[in-house]
Amino acid sequence: MASNRTGTLVAPRGRWWFPLGKDEKLWFAMAAIWAVTMFAMIFLIWPAVGDNQQTFGGYRVDETEFALLTQQFIEEHGTGENLFGVPVVAPPPGSDVYMLATRYQFRPVVQLQRGETYRFLFSSNDVQHGFSLQPDNINLQVIPGYVLAVEMTPEKTGEYEIVCNEYCGIGHHLMLGRIRVVD
Amino acid sequence: MEALRAGSWRCQVTGLYVDHSAEQLIKFNAVTAVLYLAAGGLMAILVALTRWEAIHILDDAEWFYRLVGAHGTAMLLFWILFFEVAGLYFGGIVLLNARMMAPAAGWAGYILMLAGSLGMMVTMLTGRATVMFTAYPPLEASQWFYLSYILFAVGALIAVVVFLVNVVGARVRGEVQTLPLFTFAMLAAAIIALFSLISGATAIVPLWLKSIDAIDYVDPGIYRLLYWGLGHGAQQINLAAMVGIWYALATITVGTKPINEGLSRFAFVLYIFFIQMAAMHHLLVDPGLGRWVRTINASYFIYAAVLGSMIHAFTIPASVELAQRTKGYSRGLFEWLKRAPWGEPGFSALVLSFVMFGVMGGISGVIIGGPQLNMLAHNTLTVPAHFHMTVVSGTTLAFMGITYYLVPLIFRREVFQPKIARAQPWVYGAGMFIFGIGMGFAGHLEGVPRRHFDIDFAGLPMANGVFDNARVDLFLATMGIGATLAFIGGAMYVIVAAGTVFLGRRSEAPDIGRVDPEAFAVPAVSGASGEAEPEAHRDLNQFEAPGTFAIATAFLTLFVLLYAYSWFELSHVSWVIR
Repeated sequence: MASNRTGTLVAPRGRWWFPLGKDEKLWFAMAAIWAVTMFAMIFLIWPAVGDNQQTFGGYRVDETEFALLTQQFIEEHGTGENLFGVPVVAPPPGSDVYMLATRYQFRPVVQLQRGETYRFLFSSNDVQHGFSLQPDNINLQVIPGYVLAVEMTPEKTGEYEIVCNEYCGIGHHLMLGRIRVVD
Repeated sequence: MEALRAGSWRCQVTGLYVDHSAEQLIKFNAVTAVLYLAAGGLMAILVALTRWEAIHILDDAEWFYRLVGAHGTAMLLFWILFFEVAGLYFGGIVLLNARMMAPAAGWAGYILMLAGSLGMMVTMLTGRATVMFTAYPPLEASQWFYLSYILFAVGALIAVVVFLVNVVGARVRGEVQTLPLFTFAMLAAAIIALFSLISGATAIVPLWLKSIDAIDYVDPGIYRLLYWGLGHGAQQINLAAMVGIWYALATITVGTKPINEGLSRFAFVLYIFFIQMAAMHHLLVDPGLGRWVRTINASYFIYAAVLGSMIHAFTIPASVELAQRTKGYSRGLFEWLKRAPWGEPGFSALVLSFVMFGVMGGISGVIIGGPQLNMLAHNTLTVPAHFHMTVVSGTTLAFMGITYYLVPLIFRREVFQPKIARAQPWVYGAGMFIFGIGMGFAGHLEGVPRRHFDIDFAGLPMANGVFDNARVDLFLATMGIGATLAFIGGAMYVIVAAGTVFLGRRSEAPDIGRVDPEAFAVPAVSGASGEAEPEAHRDLNQFEAPGTFAIATAFLTLFVLLYAYSWFELSHVSWVIR
């Protein structure tokens, strides 16, 4: 089974373009089919059957304006309660929920009704932050100057912690938030 | 050949003529690389032992964040790129038996890379650039940090251009027709480096301009887009270089010849064309990017690049199998593998690098790189788990493996403590495997964030005990234990490499273990001869590498199962997100 193939550290001699053997053809076909399948999954199949589509909206916004809008939101729908110093807000179902990521908290604390859909609007008034909802492990990037618009529907009641997972400064590991889902 | 002999020496082991300028540049870049690996390794163990909650060795948050940034920079940028530049000079000049063109430019590149890297390290370690190496605005660092970043990138760009000039020069002079596959891999790496580094410049230069008050504002969203044009392209550089080294190690230790040169080269071309697009998978949960751009980018293009990797995933073990079967190890499906030279550090590094890269790094990367699934992974420890499997287990182990051959040959010294060298890939590989499991589970199953000093949140009640459970403790401890073992493995490597360079006995023909005699055979005539060589009879209707086919199919099956399971997990999230 001699071969005039050459090693990888040596320049190949003569004609080195050979037809593919059976192994290579079959493997390449399998790999190509898998690649197309994965593409179909994210492009066709999951959008048709799945619940989490990630079809977020995005807007540009002025940072101070977003902070003001968040403050208005807190005043309009605040319950008067504070959770560890952060105002609690109970927005009506179907409404816009402003959440400001700022050094070093997510404000406000939000109380939602199970099964209802809310349009969350995320932004920051200082640096980039990472919205990480636990324990369901939902992670979004929050960028000052931009609003990330996400429709969210909680299906279970409980307390959900928000953790920051984009490094934002010396207090990054003290940055927290909360979402509460009630019946 | 006379002019060549004047400026070079002939290696008695490989027969290659080594140009003096290339030799010096290879030496300086390689030694600098290993020094940064050592520094980065010290930082690594401090960071890992802090994230291991039970130990939490650093109690100063500021130092922790400085070290996370400096560790990433020293490893991902400096260890990797200085080593790759050494590889470029080796593959583009020494392997081609050529005289080096523009050595002064090569030195200019090195000086800039050195100055830039030192500038970045100093600013990061003195707290003037606690921004991580991603440096996302609006976080701000000192102007010297950004300037150093730019200098480093420019230096690397110069080295890449010098490589390209040399390869093109050798071609134009007719000294080479078809490049050796290893050099072709380096060429793919260099081309990707060209547009990655330029993309990086478009991101970092505005940050520098803002830091000297020349401009007012850098858009943070656009920065991320441009930066990751550098960022993931840069990873594909490492991938192309690593695959080239895999081919080289296979040839050196087992005498492999590629099962199909054309197919392997085609796979590298796929990398060049399609990786730049895939940078989008860092931005899948960012505001402002539409569904189409994310879907096409993260999939059609990345899957074309993934197809390239799938090709190499087959051709490399298949070539090993073919070479082994030719030697007579033909019994059953796997005798070729059982009788392979596992004791040679080049072979063990090849296999460990290959398996961890492909199974742990590759599969996880494709999964978390999809638009919907990314939401469960973004900025959790899942992301560094993925890239510690690709770059730190894959690329780094391959680099370590090739060191055991190229360093003794280039420096003309005997390997220092070869027994340590033989054990090293196993110790390091085992450590990284354990590390990857720990970090991956902490991020994927528990949502533990990356770049985070204290998941106890200093006991703040708002935390509600979010990560306060035994599973998190277990996974982070696993990560810490793996890191400790990997640190030992890394130290073993540094000891052998530095020991060889500074203490190894000088020799014109150093002993580099069992090496295939034809590995470095210098052809009498490079490239195309007048007549076509008669093709040896190959039955293309038979499976030539059935053992590899079985392994590859098992891998693909695992891929499919893990992929499907990930979607199942997404469907069980108790929120509907649109």
